Amino acid sequence: MFSFYILVGILLISFVFFFLGKNQAKKVAYTNKKKLHSLIHYYGLYSLLSSLIPTLGIFFAITICDDLLFAELIKKYIPDEVVNSKDYNFTIVLAQINNSVEGLIFGTPPEWVANAAAIWKSWVLKSNTITMAVCTITIFIFGFFSLKKIQYEFRSRNAVEKIVTSILAVSSMIAILTTIAIIFSVVFESIRFFALIPYDEFLFGTIWNPQFEGADRAGSGQEGLSQYGAIPLFAGTFLISIIALCVSVPVGLFSAIYLSEYATSKERAFFKPLLEILAGIPTVVYGFFAALTVAPFLRSSGSIFGLNVASESALAAGLVMGIMIIPFISSLSDDVINAVPQSLRDAGYGLGSTKNETVMKIVLPAALPGVVASIILAVSRAVGETMIVVMAAGLAANLTANPLEAVTTVTSQIVTILVGDQEFESAKTLSAFALALTLIIITLAMNFYALHIVKKYREQYE
Amino acid sequence: MNNKIISPSDALDIVKKSIVKRRSRDNRLKLFGRIAIGLAVCFLLTLFYSIFTKGYPGFFQYYVTLDIKFDRERIDPKGDLSDNSLFDGEASKIVNESLYSIIQPKGRKERKIAKKIVSSGKDVRIAKMVKNNPSLFGTTAIVKFALDDDVDSFLRGYIKRETPENERRISDKAIQFIDKLNEEGRISYEFSDYILSGSASGNPEMAGIKGAFIGSMLTLSVCLLIAFPLGVATAVYLEEIAKKNRITEFIEVNINNLAAVPSVVFGIMGLAIFISIFGMPRSIPLVGGMVLALMTLPTIIISSRAAIRAVPPSVRDAAYGIGASKIQVIFHHVIPLAMPGMLTGTIIGMAQALGETAPLLMIGMVAFIVDVPNSVLDPGTVLPVQIFMWADFAERMFIQKTSAAIIVLLGFLISMNALAVYLRKKLERRW
Repeated sequence: MFSFYILVGILLISFVFFFLGKNQAKKVAYTNKKKLHSLIHYYGLYSLLSSLIPTLGIFFAITICDDLLFAELIKKYIPDEVVNSKDYNFTIVLAQINNSVEGLIFGTPPEWVANAAAIWKSWVLKSNTITMAVCTITIFIFGFFSLKKIQYEFRSRNAVEKIVTSILAVSSMIAILTTIAIIFSVVFESIRFFALIPYDEFLFGTIWNPQFEGADRAGSGQEGLSQYGAIPLFAGTFLISIIALCVSVPVGLFSAIYLSEYATSKERAFFKPLLEILAGIPTVVYGFFAALTVAPFLRSSGSIFGLNVASESALAAGLVMGIMIIPFISSLSDDVINAVPQSLRDAGYGLGSTKNETVMKIVLPAALPGVVASIILAVSRAVGETMIVVMAAGLAANLTANPLEAVTTVTSQIVTILVGDQEFESAKTLSAFALALTLIIITLAMNFYALHIVKKYREQYE
Repeated sequence: MNNKIISPSDALDIVKKSIVKRRSRDNRLKLFGRIAIGLAVCFLLTLFYSIFTKGYPGFFQYYVTLDIKFDRERIDPKGDLSDNSLFDGEASKIVNESLYSIIQPKGRKERKIAKKIVSSGKDVRIAKMVKNNPSLFGTTAIVKFALDDDVDSFLRGYIKRETPENERRISDKAIQFIDKLNEEGRISYEFSDYILSGSASGNPEMAGIKGAFIGSMLTLSVCLLIAFPLGVATAVYLEEIAKKNRITEFIEVNINNLAAVPSVVFGIMGLAIFISIFGMPRSIPLVGGMVLALMTLPTIIISSRAAIRAVPPSVRDAAYGIGASKIQVIFHHVIPLAMPGMLTGTIIGMAQALGETAPLLMIGMVAFIVDVPNSVLDPGTVLPVQIFMWADFAERMFIQKTSAAIIVLLGFLISMNALAVYLRKKLERRW
């Protein structure tokens, strides 16, 4: 809350500088008896921006850094016997102290926690005062400095435009920063995982049985050994994607052919958005549909034919995922088919071929690379899809090709491992990051390949 | 091929003979196309039908009407209407007594069964009533109380009377009591006042989506505040200012990559960067909004760039011609003209963010939180995650409540998308 007030204060003061800057410019214009270089509000804007931006920078730097600093400093106040004890975990201790700072006290915490919390609180108070002082000083220094700069020769519009341009340039860097953050967050933990588990065991092992280290120690696990062979997960992902493709490729492709070649423009205007609704439905809704409507339906219809369908089956998840990716295939293929030049079709008709022959022998072969690209994009969507498989495919890491059994996928394992309480530093938690790394590599590779095909194909006609 | 020379009349015969077959093949392809579209539409309708038929009853539930004597001494022993005093009061006892007076259970065991017919939220309901309207004290009023979820399921017919007693979740005696209440006309089926205004609860009859809804709105506003300015700024920079060089190309590659990264990976990034490194708390809408903002950024950037590209160069030239600077051209002409397209893209991105679940699971927005979040720093959950959690609960009534929550979510998504389509149709200028 305190930071919020400071933020409002900073904004208000910089707004005051807007008017001060404007006034200053008026004064300068009056004393020189000449028109200024820029419109008058640019002088105000210059004061506002040059007082606001450095102050905001300092403010955010302090608010982000102080917690990190406190966490480092508080280590001194944790008694040695706690640090040296066997199940010492700094993250948990820190959470304990933080809870106690915020007044969330469960039971009676040990004395040192209360002490540390009191010290932490005093630091927070101090840091609040420091933040306020530093921000005030910065904003006034930069503000008055900017007022000083407003002279007759000063070209404020150019200065403001320079600032605005650099703001725009910096915001376009966010995309790069996000990519770096994603790679950073996944790669480092993965390296730590592969230090514990050799990568060939991870990539080629056929048993996935992660357990918390604690379970081993308690002696509850069978043989006590966790195994991190990811083949069953890849196989499950693959199986579900194949089922999804069996549904979505025929439906999507024939829809695309119909919409682009046979449909009247009215039909097209009606059905194309209707199909795209399928892509807009949240995946959790598909998951619910798969788990509560499709799976029981498959189960009961399977028992009619004497088949034993698991209540969480690859088939249910795959079917529903297939429905979800229909629009990815139909829309993209439709665009690609439409991009085939009309002259090719006319040539076909000129030779006396029917529509079917034109489509099958001329248009589709010409559009094939784009169609393949759309299918690859749909697969990468299916591989990265999470909620449907979490809700409908189950968690059992079976290595099976039977779609009626439960399988698990890369994404659903990531979710199960990382949701809820985690043991930091354990191989199980780290394995989720290794899985995420493989997931990113697979989807990005598919995406690059698809885009590459589309690009190459486009060049042919342009 | 055979080099036999065919006379024109023979050729015509061959073509005529084959034409029927070729036409029928043509019709077959057309039919396949129709079947495919029919199937897709059929899937869509099945989905909507199954959600709506399951969810529509979720907006309603069974209530029992009881006469309650609002006795101040008993409900509010300290007499100051404070939470503490109301908690010490005997509100639920009063409700139970009123119930007993109708169905007259004999002995402790029967009373225990009778007590369970009415939802355990009865005392909260009375406390709320007297707080809103203290003049109720001293009067006797008719009050409706939600029935327990098992009773509700029985009345809806999900729990059959014919099932043997030990196999159903409701005893014969309870059924007898319910029949008695029914005879007296005290049981009614009404629009649920919990589903929209209640919060997360372990009791399905009292569970509602208010907390998740507010959480969604908070998360979405954080997401909008971050993603919209950043997206527009990036699009403007890449389209209007930056020269085509290695750096801008690299930025473009990054944007395309981000659009392809699975959403769950953004959650992992949020967990590793915002929570582990920056030390932000788990489960708060602020972190959720930040993660979703990074996720929707590519959508907004790509559509904003398309909108900016659609503004004809003649507009820029005219502005330059009367002496505007580059930034003035951008802010006075290009951005206002491209705004409808940018807004359309933003709304579609927000709709995506509203329905997203997986990344929010990663950053801990799955916690069971009863309080409605008041700010972006209070722990909370969002609608899709609430749906995910409810879908996991075993009680029959949660299925209806989940579907009802899905209807609300879909309602919002559809209206957002309709708004985007409307904006595109009405505001976007064709040049």
